[in-house]
Amino acid sequence: MSFGGVPMGDFRVLEVKQSVFADNDRRANELRARLREKKLFLLNLMSSPGAGKTTLLTRTIELLGGEMKIGVMEADIDSDVDAARIARTGARAIQLHTGGMCHLDAEMTAQGLEGLETGGLDLAILENVGNLVCPAEFDTGASKNAMILSVPEGDDKPLKYPLMFSICDVVVVNKTDVLPYFDFDLDRCRENILRRNPNAKIIPVCAKTGEGVDQWAAWLREQVSLWKK
Amino acid sequence: MHELGVVFYVIRDVKKVAEENRAEHVESVTLEIGEVTGVVHDLLRDCWRWAAQKEPLLAGAELIIEEIPAVTHCEACGEDYETVKYAKVCPRCGSDSTYLVQGREFNIKEIGVT
Repeated sequence: MSFGGVPMGDFRVLEVKQSVFADNDRRANELRARLREKKLFLLNLMSSPGAGKTTLLTRTIELLGGEMKIGVMEADIDSDVDAARIARTGARAIQLHTGGMCHLDAEMTAQGLEGLETGGLDLAILENVGNLVCPAEFDTGASKNAMILSVPEGDDKPLKYPLMFSICDVVVVNKTDVLPYFDFDLDRCRENILRRNPNAKIIPVCAKTGEGVDQWAAWLREQVSLWKK
Repeated sequence: MHELGVVFYVIRDVKKVAEENRAEHVESVTLEIGEVTGVVHDLLRDCWRWAAQKEPLLAGAELIIEEIPAVTHCEACGEDYETVKYAKVCPRCGSDSTYLVQGREFNIKEIGVT
């Protein structure tokens, strides 16, 4: 071992010129191809902490659990409270601990899928770490990316986290029941999202009361069936 | 933010290149980081010092950061402008039909080895 002392050999410079994300992007594309072959749809669900990911998922499983087999991977820095909540719905659920990491990458996602034992599953959902920055940078290999924006977070959030909104196929606007109490303008929010991502599908819901969740479930049902074709 | 996670990626790639080239020790790693990646350079250096020390091949290696300025292009008037100063709206014509040309890079440019 040398600690910057006298070099043992001749010093030379190796040109690398490679993106740090290149390796992850390659693994993500490989995973997506494998999922396509297995006809397993993987949804990457992202949001800030507390936006309602787990509540939306339990509602989703209630609506779709009868027609397709669903498995959930709950990624958190620690604890298993979310996996326990999902397991009560009867869906297959496992908890992934990122060990302090703020996001999941394609390799961790592939390992998680092995742990979930996806045989016979139609839909696997990855509940990513609650964070709007890092998960946007790392392609997990998912079939589609979804995010939840909850009303208390504000309609200007797409302006603050443009990358996250630009990589999502669908944005679920949750907690619409508290709209009267916040300065949240749904039209302005829609405009802010579409300016970043003209192709984004926007679905307002209230996961707590179930309002609008059927539209979200319909979107998901359609995506799962398109993926299997 | 995710500096530590990114450092693990860098270490993995650097080790691979160093091993492929039968290097004895890595003395320096030069990164190209875009201005709007959101990576905090000082934090990245701290994470690097901590994580590289654990790898015999990399222990003590210097981390050199070269910043790539962020540039946005306006589709309406064709002008390029500084992203950090003017953000999404073109300072010349006021259009928001703009896109980022550069500034989100996170590349390993080169490594110095013995």
